[in-house]
Amino acid sequence: MANIIDDETIEYVSILAKLELSEQEREQAKKDMGRMLDYIDKLGELDTEGVEPMVHIFPVQNVFRDDIVTNSDMREQLLSNAPEQKDGMFVVPKTV
Amino acid sequence: MAKEYETVIGLEVHVELAAKTKIFCGCPTAFGGAPNTHTCPVCTGMPGSLPVLNKKVLEYAVSVGIATNCEITRYGRFDRKNYFYPDNPQNYQISQLYLPVCRNGGVEIETAEGGKKIIGIHEIHMEEDAGKLFHDEWENCSLVDYNRSGVPLIEIVSEPDMRSAEEVIAYLEKLRLIIQYLGASDCKLQEGSMRADVNLSVREAGTEAFGTRTEMKNLNSFKAIMRAIAGERERQIDLIEEGKEVVQETRRWDDAKGESYAMRSKEDAQDYRYFPDPDLVPVVISDEMLEELKSRQPEFREAKMARYREEYGIPEYDIDIITGTKHMADLFEETSALCGQPKKVSNWLMGETMRLMKEKETDAEELRFSPENLAKLIALVDSKAVNGQVAKEVFEVMFEGNIDPEKYVEEHGLKTVNDEGALRKAVEEVIAGNPQSVEDYRGGKEKALGFLVGQTMKAMKGKADPAMVNRVLREELAKRPISEGE
Repeated sequence: MANIIDDETIEYVSILAKLELSEQEREQAKKDMGRMLDYIDKLGELDTEGVEPMVHIFPVQNVFRDDIVTNSDMREQLLSNAPEQKDGMFVVPKTV
Repeated sequence: MAKEYETVIGLEVHVELAAKTKIFCGCPTAFGGAPNTHTCPVCTGMPGSLPVLNKKVLEYAVSVGIATNCEITRYGRFDRKNYFYPDNPQNYQISQLYLPVCRNGGVEIETAEGGKKIIGIHEIHMEEDAGKLFHDEWENCSLVDYNRSGVPLIEIVSEPDMRSAEEVIAYLEKLRLIIQYLGASDCKLQEGSMRADVNLSVREAGTEAFGTRTEMKNLNSFKAIMRAIAGERERQIDLIEEGKEVVQETRRWDDAKGESYAMRSKEDAQDYRYFPDPDLVPVVISDEMLEELKSRQPEFREAKMARYREEYGIPEYDIDIITGTKHMADLFEETSALCGQPKKVSNWLMGETMRLMKEKETDAEELRFSPENLAKLIALVDSKAVNGQVAKEVFEVMFEGNIDPEKYVEEHGLKTVNDEGALRKAVEEVIAGNPQSVEDYRGGKEKALGFLVGQTMKAMKGKADPAMVNRVLREELAKRPISEGE
């Protein structure tokens, strides 16, 4: 494995991803990420000079909607998935 | 000698577009719905839901780009900006990083010295607004309303071309006017449909390199922006003078306290790991679409001012004020077309309208009276059906509630009494009741006539034609030579 993920990097990535990893999971994640980067390096070996970056895998473009209201109140249904609700709103941990 | 510093300012302006529905789903954007009643699986980030771009949003964004001299990106797309915060149900905001819809534009502003200056626009991109968080007063939790989630925004990013608070305001006013004229947004700072973040740094006058900048948020009036710029400039200069460093950070302006503080929370990790949104397909703007949108550009202020000079013959000052807002200009043009008397329309707008707007703190966009009703009121005055004073009173009612002035005058019996017999009788009584004033008048005091006119008007309950009152009074006074009482 050419790419070695250090502790600092895995710590930073888990903060960004909001993940708390056990010692064991951490080591496994470091290995997995290293292998992923190796694969990306492999792709990097290809000569892409003059190749336009691909924006989307399907040859589809310009899918639009008209500016017309099509949705009605579906609050009850949407809130039914929430672990907790109050006054018609989603309850989340306190944010400052 | 104290060093001189130059302030360098760039702005990020968010504008809420006037679309009826959200950017990626058919939920309404209307204000005032009960919490979460304007939401669906897309704008609450339910797994498996798919966003579809509102065509109107693209049209508005491109139109603003054309009007601000931008290059329009013919092959664009959307990207995901990843961050965790409960106002953002998907854990990413759909925005545009790599291929924003407009780039490399600029608008011209007038500087305080009377010169002209171009403020560059780096880019304009489309994105979605976030939900709103409420902090529960009773329990240790927060509540989320996603009605705003997915409301369409454009973010207009300027170049760091501004050097003073005055230039910032001039630039914002210019943008606001262009966008209002386009009908793309109402651009109300107080209500949040236009929001400006100020990027500011200072450098010693004459140096080339930029200083470290900070970003200031929570500025919801022009006054707050002016104060925040003055405050942040001073704070940075103090740091430099003390030999300390300016830290690149996001700061929140507290206008009540007149100071800013560094923001924490989601700004802690400024690593958004943008990547193309695979749920949205590329946006290709054809020549036809671009031409169509160009042809739909409205007459902007400068062109309107030139036309007003040609067409209406009203003073330059009036032109300046009237074209200052789209709504006022529309009111003026429509009323003038109806009554054919632009000078009188302008007088109503410049006089009573401005006075009441000031008194009642009303913005031009909130004016409620219709061109039809203002034209009717002008006709009522022209035909002498009501006198000037009554017209002003009726206008005030119209200003509040857009009533039909003809009906109102009829129903409240405000029509000028053209019955000369009744007027002559009132005049006789006034003359009899005010011998001192009569004597003063005859003694050469013209002023005394004014008092007698007032008394007659009062007797007629304000509903007489002042010119007629004047004439009849003079006639009656002339009839009775001096000294009935002597």
